[in-house]
Amino acid sequence: MRLQTKQLITPVLSILLAFLGSAAIIALTGRNPLVIFQKMSRAIFGSPYGLGQVLFRLGTLSLVGLAVAVPYRLRLFNIGGEGQLQMGAFSAAIAGAVLPGFFPGPAAAFICILAAMTAGASWALLAGALKVRFGINEVISTIMLNFIAQGITGYFLTYHFALPSTVHTAPVASGAFIPQLDSFTGLFNGSPANASIILSLGAALFFQFLLFHSRYGFEMRAAGLQAEASDYGGIDTARHILTAMAAGGAAAGLGAANIVLGYKHYYELGMTDGTGFTGIAVALLAGANPLLVVLTALFFAMLEYGGLSVNAYVPKDIFMIIQALTIFLVIGFNAARKK
Amino acid sequence: MGIAVQLKNMTKKFGPVTANSNINLSIEERTIHAIVGENGAGKSTLSKIIYGMYRPTAGRISIRGREMRFGSPREAIRAGIGMVHQHFMLVPELTVTENIMLGNEHAWLFGKLPLKIMRGVIMEEAGKSGFSIDPDATTGSLCVGEEQRVELLKLLCHNASILILDEPTAVLTPSETDRLFEILRSLKAKGKTIILITHKLDEVLAVADTVSVMRKGEIVATMPAASVTKPELAAMMVGRNVMLRVENPPSTPGKSVLVVNALGLRTEQGKQKLDGLSFSISAGEIYGIAGVEGNGQSELLQLLWGLVPHGFRISGDASLNGISVIGKKPGEIAAMGASHIPENRHRHAVILDYPVSDNLFFGRHREPLFHNGFGFSRKSIEENTRKLVSDFDIRCDNPAHQTLGSLSGGNQQKVVLARELNRPGISFLILAQPTRGVDIGAVETIHKKIIDARMKGIAILLVSSELEEIIALSTRIGCLYNGTIRREFSLEETAMKRGDENRFRREIGLHIT
Repeated sequence: MRLQTKQLITPVLSILLAFLGSAAIIALTGRNPLVIFQKMSRAIFGSPYGLGQVLFRLGTLSLVGLAVAVPYRLRLFNIGGEGQLQMGAFSAAIAGAVLPGFFPGPAAAFICILAAMTAGASWALLAGALKVRFGINEVISTIMLNFIAQGITGYFLTYHFALPSTVHTAPVASGAFIPQLDSFTGLFNGSPANASIILSLGAALFFQFLLFHSRYGFEMRAAGLQAEASDYGGIDTARHILTAMAAGGAAAGLGAANIVLGYKHYYELGMTDGTGFTGIAVALLAGANPLLVVLTALFFAMLEYGGLSVNAYVPKDIFMIIQALTIFLVIGFNAARKK
Repeated sequence: MGIAVQLKNMTKKFGPVTANSNINLSIEERTIHAIVGENGAGKSTLSKIIYGMYRPTAGRISIRGREMRFGSPREAIRAGIGMVHQHFMLVPELTVTENIMLGNEHAWLFGKLPLKIMRGVIMEEAGKSGFSIDPDATTGSLCVGEEQRVELLKLLCHNASILILDEPTAVLTPSETDRLFEILRSLKAKGKTIILITHKLDEVLAVADTVSVMRKGEIVATMPAASVTKPELAAMMVGRNVMLRVENPPSTPGKSVLVVNALGLRTEQGKQKLDGLSFSISAGEIYGIAGVEGNGQSELLQLLWGLVPHGFRISGDASLNGISVIGKKPGEIAAMGASHIPENRHRHAVILDYPVSDNLFFGRHREPLFHNGFGFSRKSIEENTRKLVSDFDIRCDNPAHQTLGSLSGGNQQKVVLARELNRPGISFLILAQPTRGVDIGAVETIHKKIIDARMKGIAILLVSSELEEIIALSTRIGCLYNGTIRREFSLEETAMKRGDENRFRREIGLHIT
């Protein structure tokens, strides 16, 4: 189950084909796809700011990717990354806003990150508990929990926490800010890239070790592959389902901390903007391998920022088509290989 | 007498694999023709070709002298061929009559089903072949033997004259088997031709007129059943001489290891699955539980391994080395020195997608031996793999990368056995159907390893539906019926009666039905 070259063939081929497909679509809109791709790459690689933007998105995307990938290893499909991200973001913002000002910096940031991760984990844990206790399919419950998260955050924002005549909360205490990379390296020219990128990469490494090199992961994967055999083997399958969901939710929560504490510094209506759903694409393209998740997250981060940068020439919705096409191709290739 | 089925130079390939190679076979009308062979010898492929499910790659098939090319089972059925599959194809919610009519309703889409007429036909067919069946019973309420008769009736009602039976006795009790054979003989007398696919040699010799032996996709011999003995057949199947009966030296039991005392188990619906069950097993002893499936075996096994379904009520006690196992979890029971080889190994004992080497310590993965503080110790896992693969002769090329699912059934079984018998500090072993689905050649190895384990002083609980196996291995035998031991054969009785196996088998058979 370790990283092998053949694991890479499918995603790479899918991405290439998806690019060809989108080039055709761009051409249909009357633009030269080569010019568009050139503009995109210039936006990304041409400036430290662009690179920083991609790095910032990479952080969140790899974490929401892990939120899907980790439970996926147990044959649990967590569609609830978006809801977990929202709950995490909202909790981080509220924790940061109510924290007394005298709190020392790192401690405040730590508490807010913890709040985000706890909120994300609890939200995912709910779906896990429903599955373990009542056998409710996690796909359905996580989708429903997405709606509920939207409702709850929307209500509390509008009626309790929004600053007058705005749709965002009060800013978090400055001690809770996660320092931007630019501020201590001077490299990224005011871009939102921040220190939490280290946490994202650390999370990917951690999950890779946990799943494939530790006893805990050995049990987790077994519990997902053959639950009954795991029961006979003295493995507590229910506990592993719960921890996998919680770990996924916590990753999503950490992704929220990247946005709230590292960039915006408050919670704003609709700020997660479907990023949680992109996590599904990130995880599937990576074959739910935690290390590959970082690579595929990088791809989607470039697509997202690159798409934004050429919005004036082609609608950025085209890049959503690329995303969807890639996933279709991955699923198609995998199905074909099984046959 | 004419030839019912004739195969000439028939070959069937699946991609690069040759399942049947150059088969020449003539099956005479009005005979019972047995086809024996190990798993994977090509018996099922052969039967499926006759039944029209597969098309041969080369060669010819003729039915009653006419050359046939079946495109589907439907065409074979029209030619008078019927098949009873090993796993019955009945809809449990429907009645016997409805099941028999299924697929052959004689009615328009919204027309009225001719249930009454069909009922009459069924009664008549059953009467002719000498067996009774209630046409209005739902098939779900029938026992296995009856279900099989429904399958047979289905063929007879569709006017099949050549009947293929795939491992028909696998699920039957000895008395039901006898009844099936009576039916088969009477069907033969009525002019039917019967093709019996099986691996049970006793049965072949008891009922068949002619026997063909298959090995590695070829027919190695065809002869009258009366002219051959069991050891000769086994040798032809495996390709070398096999010991059918493992040597079972006398045992001197030590202190008692497992004590089951007045154990009762009641389901949530109030059904009594185990009822005042008592027995004990001592070190160095194999206690065989004989019984028809569904008399409490699975419940006993689950209970001893800490996997009682939610809501079941337990009474009485079961203790291992003086400590009760009731209410403990599988991991805790294993830690007490117990090991369990479950009946359904595919589902319960291995992770099919994990490599062989991982499966060789699955369930034992908490043992400190396999760790080095910071995750698994690759070195000790490799060491464990090397040792077990060679000790148990597990055939695989690359245990570290090959998934367990890619091994043959016998080798998968050996993986489980190797892992469990090597548990450190093991004093009690639960063995459920240890050789189910395993070839004769591998049975020999497995039986030897079981006796070896006994000699080392392990107390063994053996649950098997194969009476032959129970008789061959057990030190003492308990006959399980309706959740309780109805009759127990002592050490002396078992040793003495083992001499006349057939008689012993009949005697046990009386106590389990």
